[in-house]
Amino acid sequence: MADMELTGAEIVVRCLRDEGIKHVFGYPGGAVLNIYDEIYKQKDFEHILVRHEQAAVHAADAYARCTGQVGVAIVTSGPGATNAVTGIATAYMDSIPMVVITGQVPTAAIGQDAFQEVDTVGITRPCVKHNFLVKDVRELATTIKKAFYIAATGRPGPVVVDVPKDVTQHKCEYAYPKSVTMRSYNPTSKGHAGQIKKAAQMLLEAKRPMIYTGGGVVLGNAAPQVAELVRLLGYPITSTLMGLGGYPSPDPLFLGMLGMHGTIEANMAMQHCDVLLAVGARFDDRVVGNPKHFAKEAHRIIHIDVDPSSISKRVRVDVPIVGEVGQVLDEIIKHIKTGKEKPDQQAIKAWWAQIELWRSQDCLKYDRSSSVIKPQYVVEKLYEVTQGDAYVTSDVGQHQMWAAQYYKFAKPRRWINSGGLGTMGFGLPAAMGVQKAHPDAVVACITGEGSIQMNIQELSTCKEWNLPLKIILLNNGYLGMVRQWQEFFYEERYAESYMTSLPDFVKLAEAYGHVGMTIEKPEDVEPALREAFGKYKDRLVFLNFLTDPRENVFPMIPAGKGLSEMILV
Amino acid sequence: MRHIISLLMENEAGALSRVSGLFSARGYNIESLTVAPTEDATLSRMTIVTRGSDDVIEQITKQLNKLIDIVKVQDLTDGSHIERELMLVKVRASGEMREEMKRMSDIFRGHILDVSDKTYTIELTGPGTKLDAFLAAIDPAAILETVRTGASGIGRGDRVMKI
Repeated sequence: MADMELTGAEIVVRCLRDEGIKHVFGYPGGAVLNIYDEIYKQKDFEHILVRHEQAAVHAADAYARCTGQVGVAIVTSGPGATNAVTGIATAYMDSIPMVVITGQVPTAAIGQDAFQEVDTVGITRPCVKHNFLVKDVRELATTIKKAFYIAATGRPGPVVVDVPKDVTQHKCEYAYPKSVTMRSYNPTSKGHAGQIKKAAQMLLEAKRPMIYTGGGVVLGNAAPQVAELVRLLGYPITSTLMGLGGYPSPDPLFLGMLGMHGTIEANMAMQHCDVLLAVGARFDDRVVGNPKHFAKEAHRIIHIDVDPSSISKRVRVDVPIVGEVGQVLDEIIKHIKTGKEKPDQQAIKAWWAQIELWRSQDCLKYDRSSSVIKPQYVVEKLYEVTQGDAYVTSDVGQHQMWAAQYYKFAKPRRWINSGGLGTMGFGLPAAMGVQKAHPDAVVACITGEGSIQMNIQELSTCKEWNLPLKIILLNNGYLGMVRQWQEFFYEERYAESYMTSLPDFVKLAEAYGHVGMTIEKPEDVEPALREAFGKYKDRLVFLNFLTDPRENVFPMIPAGKGLSEMILV
Repeated sequence: MRHIISLLMENEAGALSRVSGLFSARGYNIESLTVAPTEDATLSRMTIVTRGSDDVIEQITKQLNKLIDIVKVQDLTDGSHIERELMLVKVRASGEMREEMKRMSDIFRGHILDVSDKTYTIELTGPGTKLDAFLAAIDPAAILETVRTGASGIGRGDRVMKI
């Protein structure tokens, strides 16, 4: 029987194979050498070597965001694990299904302050859905199966599996379980029938209805159901930063993003609606502002979410429905279709007239006659040149908001950004993950000169794998969002938000073996983009757009204020 | 309001730190926390005494339910229940104090577990308020050392928490 036994390292690799994994992002090190030796010997999946563990986790995270499958990263113990923490926390905040396998020092050395030892389970505990330390090779396969099951079901999230080096050497018989059941973990998928009926009734009674969707619609693959419901009723819909693409942005029923940098029409409609349907959204502080002033006229709020703890956390709701958003919406749609009642057309018409009045303020207008490049213009042109069909990743700051406002995402899983944690340095490795998942897709990373420098080393990974990303750097010489807050709220004391000595990004891109361009005039924006996506479509192109350093993101609701207290241009 | 929450959880390394970490990360109060394995060695039972508004308590129970290792959560305060806490208290017991301490211990249905020339060590069981009352009833200067377990709770009558 002994020859039937596999080492722990072989088991890790076999589990990944049997889970159907095709790409793994990672970085080797002492504690995972046995695992890497087995990776070397196999052909079932591709391992993408990054240049920093944080990037491996972001890439795996984005891979999950754009495919809906669980992303996988492998890092070593100690610094490998701590470098991965930012990536894990990023995925946790946005509920991204991911399994991160971390090496650990041998079990006998745990607690001895061994070389490259860190309490990975302890450090990651607050930013994972769950984590495991595997102390016995006989539990390895089941634990990995559990990790994938937990990561992908219910409200998804990252799961860490910490594997000590000796466990990767020990042997046992291998069998990958087809499924696992856990008495302590049974996520609810089907919504409560009575609540669903109530919700359908409430929606039909609404005079000023509003539908507010979040990342849960994207994660729950519920975009078709959302579209069906919205079109069936003819009600206005808005979406959070994380939900963009969950409903086609160019559609007239879509009021744009809501929240701190949301449109007037979306925020005002939230504030003045009488029935609010929240789907896979969590009433986060950047969305509702001050909960005391939130949706004051919304007499009734319906909230559908797979996570019971998201319900009535910040805002009290009247009809909570726990379940998979797609399934629940299907049921609501069925009720509405089979019932006799119809929406109050006259009231809905009047409501739309009010919304159009708000919309007519055209809050996303900007100076198009400027002789310097406006960042909004670059995003608009990117949208045109890519015909709205690119996968767009972003970093965090002003450029992220402009991307969200001006790139009109029509499909889910196309907009990849760190919404919850707000991780600068996410965009480039995320774009790598997307390009690996969709080798033929057009992938653009909208970034700032602050953010891009936080993981710029990955240009090397991009070269190794020939990833033809297009980096759209909106370079205003400032940490723009910090500068904007300093201008508005700190009497223009620009503390440490101006960067001198920026590198020559063109030379930098070239040094890594890519194409670099600097664009200084508005009239050169479109030709440069056309060149990048045309002539250089098979190359990574780093487009350094020198944009207006004084441009701000509008509209803006100052932190802690209500949704109707917007600052316009 | 004070709530007493019972948990059944997988008896696994790190389960306790998940619970205590949740409370500290989200800023919830813990007044007391007790935990021990149950008759089923794979399960531990924990009793947490906490304070918070209804909204906070609702979040606490939801967040606890969300922890993967937790099998069952019950807010005992929702129904009628019994709670008990054990206290060991070492008191000065010399001279005329000695007889007085014995009497007080009897009144509170305590047991003297250990005796020295100058001290008694008394075991007291009851709701937390009874233990507080005992400490308030004796001379504070006589108290040398106290140790309390925190409350354990169980539902009354047919109310059973089992998987």
